[in-house]
Amino acid sequence: MNEPEKEKIKALIFCVKSLCHRLPEPVNLMEVCGTHTVAIYRSGIKQILCHKTRLISGPGCPVCVTPNELVDKAIWYALQSHTIVATFGDMFKVPGSYSSLAEAKTKGGKVQLTYSPLEALELAKRNPEERVVFLGVGFETTAPLVASAILKAKEHNLSNFMVLCGHKTIPQALEKIANNPFLNLQGLILPGHVSCIIGKNPYEFLAQDCNLRGVISGFEPGDILESICLLYKQIVEGRCEIEVQYRRAVSPEGNQEALAVLERVFTSSDSEWRGLGIIANSGLSIREEFSNWDADLVYPAQIGKPIQHKGCICGAVITGLKEPEECSLFGDTCNPEHPVGPCMVSSEGTCGTHFLYQAREIENESPVHP
Amino acid sequence: MKVQSTPRWGAELKEKEVIKLAHGSGGKLTRELIDKLIRPKFGNRILDRLEDAAVIFFPPHLLAFSTDSYVVRPIFFPGGDIGKLAVTGTINDLAVVGAQPLVISCGFILEEGLPLATLNRIIDSMQKVACETGCEIVAGDTKVVEKGAADQIFINTTGLGLIRTKSSLSIERIKPGDQIIVTGTIGDHAAAVFVARQNLPVKTSLISDCASLYRLLESLWNLGEKIRFMRDPTRGGIAATLNEIANRRNFGIEIVEETLPIQPEVKGICELMGFDPLHLANEGKAIIVASPESVEIVLSLLKQHPLGKNSSVIGRIVENPLGLVYMKTNLGTKRIIDLPVGDPLPRIC
Repeated sequence: MNEPEKEKIKALIFCVKSLCHRLPEPVNLMEVCGTHTVAIYRSGIKQILCHKTRLISGPGCPVCVTPNELVDKAIWYALQSHTIVATFGDMFKVPGSYSSLAEAKTKGGKVQLTYSPLEALELAKRNPEERVVFLGVGFETTAPLVASAILKAKEHNLSNFMVLCGHKTIPQALEKIANNPFLNLQGLILPGHVSCIIGKNPYEFLAQDCNLRGVISGFEPGDILESICLLYKQIVEGRCEIEVQYRRAVSPEGNQEALAVLERVFTSSDSEWRGLGIIANSGLSIREEFSNWDADLVYPAQIGKPIQHKGCICGAVITGLKEPEECSLFGDTCNPEHPVGPCMVSSEGTCGTHFLYQAREIENESPVHP
Repeated sequence: MKVQSTPRWGAELKEKEVIKLAHGSGGKLTRELIDKLIRPKFGNRILDRLEDAAVIFFPPHLLAFSTDSYVVRPIFFPGGDIGKLAVTGTINDLAVVGAQPLVISCGFILEEGLPLATLNRIIDSMQKVACETGCEIVAGDTKVVEKGAADQIFINTTGLGLIRTKSSLSIERIKPGDQIIVTGTIGDHAAAVFVARQNLPVKTSLISDCASLYRLLESLWNLGEKIRFMRDPTRGGIAATLNEIANRRNFGIEIVEETLPIQPEVKGICELMGFDPLHLANEGKAIIVASPESVEIVLSLLKQHPLGKNSSVIGRIVENPLGLVYMKTNLGTKRIIDLPVGDPLPRIC
């Protein structure tokens, strides 16, 4: 960090501390996105906030909100002959009803980890005798990439590539969170990378209709501190707005090109979220025009009824109703090496983050002063 | 300072358990494997010291003896290849215990179908780095397995060296107050191999730091007791090395985020992929624990060598919290630096 950056951080810490004391009453703020949760723990931001602020981790980890059913389907595909499942690495160890893709691989299932859906497309080109099923999981940040892979597959008339589509959109889930009386939220820290695609406008309803303020935030510790300052200011001044802290990357309208690709390939549909249930219009389904690349239609998986793990409270953790430490499995039966629920698998899952950073937090002898 | 209770998990190796990639990560599972399966059977006075190289008293000499196997994918990467890595890796394991590498053996496991031209290139780079360090490859073995039974080429090297430091380097000699120095930017090797492997749609000029540390570290050998301990932080990154020190000596370690030398491109890859640079493997860096009064001379000696020009003090040994490594962040807060869980990047070396 150079001197001006250091000065800026000092000023932000001062700002957070002084505003915190002016809060009329204790507040609950939610960081929606798992990337923020990790950044908050890595930088120790909670040590700076006063006791009047509770930061709650939200549902913005795509792995965590994916229901068992989708994982079960992926495992079924992996175990079929002439079929390769291509997936982002973070879904590999996620347990479904009975097993995980990692276990399927040890039983001879074909699972290929990829960092981009376009890589999966190349895999399909190189292996014309195999079906390649790409596990499409993620929010508005990853969905445009999957959409362009489908467009490319159509362009090249590639019939052995297909997408098992579990994409979801953030704003609709937040409506459900905002309306949950048990959470009593006063503000949201919103994910900056999602807004690089969708902009600011899709969140305006939260302030207008749900009386919940929000700040679209970057991921550097300084960004998060500034966002917390902006939320405090709104609370102290009695305002309720959606603001953008991540101005260097977010425009109000978003990325028109990416949104056009999304719109071209996907249509919104109801979608099941772990912990939140089925939320209307919160999912992305592949349009009929591209049904030749929709795994659910071309080659439907034959799976039984999905079951939930006994004792796992991932659902309540995702919605911020419970802390991971309240789960009887946490740290004991369920840990990053032997995860029971998805929140422990993902490097950005709330349980995994708590396990790594919070469970072993050092208690400061003296609080941090700016 | 107090530490809240740490959750524990299943200690025993269970019947049904199999080797996972994470057992090779240099992190928690690697340590579990060594402690529960290997040490109880092989354990002896020399092995139990768990240094990078075994130090053997063979009157009147002290010898250093080390072995390592290399399975990196891809076999050619920016800044090196599996051959260079195999020789530098063993040289570095000897150099960090204060030994001059004398002779090296090499075992090749070759997959049917490997082009001879590829093998030739690999052998050339092995010979080049051995020559530069002044040691010879004096014994070897070749085995060929059928296609699919290995991935192109695996190499094992074993090295024998002669201890040249005035006093022996040992984790036992570390004291609170000692300073921790790293000889350059961290995470370069893992990040470069990762980019080469994934064909990421990002352009970087990152190259692996894969290099022989012998000439660099040799300059410190006259300092005697001022140098307490050295280690090359490969798999598991500097987090694994520092945790090992904190754990085995039951001291604490404080590192300061601001002082960590990290290339902006490595930082970028870490942000993109969710890696922690402290967990990323290095193949041409050393962690040096030195007495507080010797820091200036150590840094000036290191900086005279091109491989050490970015050397810096990154932290110190503290009395508390026992057995833990923590980082003072740029915000002035503290966070625990733990061993990596799982393996973000299997087959990195």
